[in-house]
Amino acid sequence: MSEYRVIGKPLRKVDATDKVLGKTLFADDLIKPRMLFCKLLRSHIPHGTVGKVDIGPALAMPGVIAGLIGEDLPTTFGILPISQDEHALALDKVRFVGDPIAAIVAEDEETAEAAIHLIQAELEPLDSISSIDQAIRTPEPRIHDYGAYGNIHKLVNLEFGDVEEGFAEADHVREDMVFFEGNTHLPIEQHASLADWSPDGKLTLWSSTQTPHYVHKALARVLGMPAARIRVIACPNGGGFGGKSDPFNHEIVVAELARRTGRPVKITLTREEVFYCHRGRHPILMRVKSGVKKDGSITGMHFQSLLDGGGYGSYGVASTFYSGALQTVTYNIKRYKFDGARMFTNKPPCGPKRGHGTPQPRHALEVHLDKIAEDLHLDPAEMRLNNLVPPDSVTANYLKVGTMGLGKCIEKVIEGSGWKEKHRKMPHGRGIGIACSSYLSGAGLPIYWNSMPHSGVMLKLDRGGGVAVFCGSIDIGQGSDSVLAYVVAEVLGIDPFDIRVVTADTDLTPVDLGSYSSRVTLMSGNAALQAAEKARELLAQAAAEKLEVPSGEIVFADGRVFWASDPEKGMSFAKAVVAAESKFGTIGTVGSYTPPRSPGQYKGAGVGPSPAYSYSAAIAEVDVDPETGIVSARKIWIGHDIGQSINPMLVIGQVEGGVYMGLGEALMEEMAYRDRVNIVHKTPSMLDYKSPTTHEMCEVETYLVEDPDPNGPFGAKEVGQGPLLPTIPAIANAVYDAVGVRIDEVPITPEKVLRAIRAKEKGKDPRIGPTKFPEPEWSEPLVVPPPWEGGDGKPVEKKEVAG
Amino acid sequence: MLRLPNFHYHVPESLAEAVRIKKDLGPLAMFVAGGTDLYPKMKRRQQEPHHVVQIGHLEELQGVRRLDDGSCRIGAGITLTTLAGDTTLKRDYPALAEAAHLVASPQLRNVGTLGGNLCLDTRCNYYDQTYEWRKGISFCLKKDGDTCWVARSSPKCLAVTSTDTAPVAIALAAEIELVSTRGDRTVPAGDFYSNDGIRYLTKDPDELVTGIRLPPPNGWRSSYVKLRRRGTFDFPVLGIAAWIRRGDGGTDAPVEEARIVLGAVFSEPVLAPEAADALIGRPLSTETISDAADAMYKLAKPMDNTDFLLSWRKEMVKPYTKKALEKLIG
Ligand SMILES: Cc1cc2nc3c(=O)[nH]c(=O)nc-3n(C[C@H](O)[C@H](O)[C@H](O)COP(=O)(O)OP(=O)(O)OC[C@H]3O[C@@H](n4cnc5c(N)ncnc54)[C@H](O)[C@@H]3O)c2cc1C
Ligand code: SF4
Repeated sequence: MSEYRVIGKPLRKVDATDKVLGKTLFADDLIKPRMLFCKLLRSHIPHGTVGKVDIGPALAMPGVIAGLIGEDLPTTFGILPISQDEHALALDKVRFVGDPIAAIVAEDEETAEAAIHLIQAELEPLDSISSIDQAIRTPEPRIHDYGAYGNIHKLVNLEFGDVEEGFAEADHVREDMVFFEGNTHLPIEQHASLADWSPDGKLTLWSSTQTPHYVHKALARVLGMPAARIRVIACPNGGGFGGKSDPFNHEIVVAELARRTGRPVKITLTREEVFYCHRGRHPILMRVKSGVKKDGSITGMHFQSLLDGGGYGSYGVASTFYSGALQTVTYNIKRYKFDGARMFTNKPPCGPKRGHGTPQPRHALEVHLDKIAEDLHLDPAEMRLNNLVPPDSVTANYLKVGTMGLGKCIEKVIEGSGWKEKHRKMPHGRGIGIACSSYLSGAGLPIYWNSMPHSGVMLKLDRGGGVAVFCGSIDIGQGSDSVLAYVVAEVLGIDPFDIRVVTADTDLTPVDLGSYSSRVTLMSGNAALQAAEKARELLAQAAAEKLEVPSGEIVFADGRVFWASDPEKGMSFAKAVVAAESKFGTIGTVGSYTPPRSPGQYKGAGVGPSPAYSYSAAIAEVDVDPETGIVSARKIWIGHDIGQSINPMLVIGQVEGGVYMGLGEALMEEMAYRDRVNIVHKTPSMLDYKSPTTHEMCEVETYLVEDPDPNGPFGAKEVGQGPLLPTIPAIANAVYDAVGVRIDEVPITPEKVLRAIRAKEKGKDPRIGPTKFPEPEWSEPLVVPPPWEGGDGKPVEKKEVAG
Repeated sequence: MLRLPNFHYHVPESLAEAVRIKKDLGPLAMFVAGGTDLYPKMKRRQQEPHHVVQIGHLEELQGVRRLDDGSCRIGAGITLTTLAGDTTLKRDYPALAEAAHLVASPQLRNVGTLGGNLCLDTRCNYYDQTYEWRKGISFCLKKDGDTCWVARSSPKCLAVTSTDTAPVAIALAAEIELVSTRGDRTVPAGDFYSNDGIRYLTKDPDELVTGIRLPPPNGWRSSYVKLRRRGTFDFPVLGIAAWIRRGDGGTDAPVEEARIVLGAVFSEPVLAPEAADALIGRPLSTETISDAADAMYKLAKPMDNTDFLLSWRKEMVKPYTKKALEKLIG
């Protein structure tokens, strides 16, 4: 790919200098004249009805300007159209410790803080629920009065082919249960928002959000005002990881307070409040049963997930589907059945965290396969290699796979790590494990039903040769602003650092759905590519006319526009813009991107399709101290199928970041609550919620596998989320290789490892993990025959079972 | 964000002025040195002094000095970074330098002081929380409430001593220098603490720690090991400080005197004579170390108020005692 001048080069990020110099303005850095500060009163009980909330005493305090209670903003909201179950401030009920009840705005933060303690809120406690099992057993009182039944929010039952038949065909059938504890995003930047109301009745909100477009919609809905009068500007995020993808209470509250006071209103959450916003990894209890042939090929798989959703819907319905969707895109699975159920519990709501709904099932699957390989006396790496989904195929659940570089990823890490010499061959206490995964390069469907593009880009060319790119996408640190500049620079043959990138402003930029589902490089990259190609075409025509050469032979490179056959014959880029503007008038172009349609036609088929899947394979080598159970990662080798890296340095940065986050989830991170003490969060602080430091981070060797995907800009696929996924099961499998114990519960803490080692020494089952699987009342599955059984992606009536 | 409440800040010019201010203002005032413990606690309203008296700069609290009798005097105001990096201390009192080095993180060690570390508030994960959080559990015995959530029937607070240097100070038989308006005195480090999560120091609240004195390093050896989740930043969930003196005859000589101290389990660092007895009169060996580790294990009774499961923390007493003692072999 060496003919590219920008693409594939390790350039610095366009916003790097500002960030390094501390010049980037995050939401909390913004200060406006006459700005007020807001604080929220949050629930101290996990579940209860809300009686009278009297903010009178707080309003009487000097310096307090105004306040709000639930009745002031009675309209519900929520990220998914099917779960509009949140109120800006609790109206009838509180559902977890930390649920906001009232807001106070004052001249300074100290006063607002002091004033919230004067609010008199009558809360009548209700019985509360703190676990999956309890939610299934306790239909009353309901946490929400919608959902499948009782405290089950969502049920999903899908069947692609008859798995029982698959099990009958198998040489070996194995069932495993795995529990994955919830954990949170822990971005360095706490959420902050600033709202301003102009005298002519327009609202502007600056916020640390990954999804300005969805915040825009939620504001219009709850404030009951035309979207045209609302402007949402997403500030650069100091990390998001999915934790800033929902519209949040505090965003709506400051907007309303700005409207009421006519003054700018700011809120910055405390770290503890960020834990209450949460929307992180769902705790999931999983059961997976597979039938396999002697060579490890899978004849049928039944996967079940029980998700602990917390107090609200958030993205949960999508998470539930995701926990069953991507199992099929790595290894051939002939028949596949999925049952998923999400529960409401009285904890902060879960939602999307890096990998959204898929790291947990991926973990269970990869550990399950490791056990199957051992049962079959197969090398787990070889077994995986031999059963890969072929490129350009359709899976049992109708996901369309395009390029598929997993095989190469596996080969790279096998070789790099010395797998063959190490697996089952190292001394007691040292182990190695492998796992693979796949992730979406953007969700195939938007969050609300519409047939508009998912991403739009506008390009404006200036007579001086300046190029401005306008796009709704928001840089959350992943480098999306840079990607826009690189793509446009490549097409127009200019320096990416000469380009002005204007993003994430609903007044100025065309819609991009947001920085989630690893969609931005592929989707806004494609939109930028289209816009740039249109501009290039205009410039080429005008330049060709001037140079008197055919326009098809014009080349754009090094800031010049010239004739391919004689580079001397050309002009500067700026001159080409002048020529084009003289010929066509003002030069502006647009590009947009809509993902291809997916073959699945059943209810639920919307979750899982993507224009392209990235693939990763990881091998982890660990030390396990048999005396303490402490696991330390020595090194991780990871291969990632990126399609084409737009910037390999940023790609490797994302890989390493993903590995780091996976390491934390594997070994220590957990959202722990005191279920007998009001279900309070046990450790809502950066000190006590344990996340790895540089000391725990291990060396990472990254191999990029490049096989350009036709759906990606220049062939690019995602990297923001995928590489996290294989890290966690690779570590679990390495722990087994090291000391022969199975910890079927994430995180793999020293306590669990030591307990299992002790059990093994005593000749007992060397496994720690769930042993019971509480069954909700499942619904009748939707039956969709897989493509190879003559299916067309649509559900059929389930065949009558004889007898 | 969490903000500090308003308070009066005093910067006395002399030690005498510092103790006088404290005496005059009584419980409304607190000393502060590095503030790495006090200020976060004030933000969370765990401690609510109206007056804060800066003492870190006072001359009497500075310096590491070798005295004529071979003992060593360390000012309470020196930072942990200085303590950890001091070449004399690293040579003569390596356990103390090591303990200082294992406190918190580099940034915190750059401002945190020895005095602050010795006086560090006890910790508990029902207590080290914001005001709002604690309100949600109706507070606890240690501050604003009347139940101990760790042991509901307990009449006293069981918060955990979490200082890394205190166990070493006790093992080394350090003396703590105290000054108040009533004059000065020294107390053995072993008598400085009390097994009560609220009144964890035996000194009067108005007494200021000016420094510590360490006995001359006459051929004895010391070590400190710390258990925590991560390689930096975290408070200890177990600390073992060990000190031994052998008779003549090199490394095979029998141990004549020993002190082993258990940190981060009870509300005070606890000296374990039973563990010392396992060593005394015998050369240090795998066997004697193992006996001492057993004795430490029996002693330890962690509660569910720090990181990790308490059963595992108890389990860890054995390997960590061994680690501490193994450092003294040879
Ligand atoms: C994230 C984090 C991690 C930490 N990890 C550790 C750890 O691993 N191990 C550890 O031991 N500590 C740890 N600490 C606590 C603290 O940083 C250290 O104990 C430090 O040494 C305290 O010293 P300071 O000077 O900052 O104390 P200050 O905050 O100034 O004072 C602490 C207390 O001692 C009193 N005091 C201070 N100096 C004197 C004096 N001379 N005479 C009488 N009273 C005095 C103060 O009134 C106050 O009550 C951590 C703190 C944080 C915030
Ligand atoms: S031990 Fe008990 S009283 Fe002491 S801080 Fe913890 S909960 Fe409170």
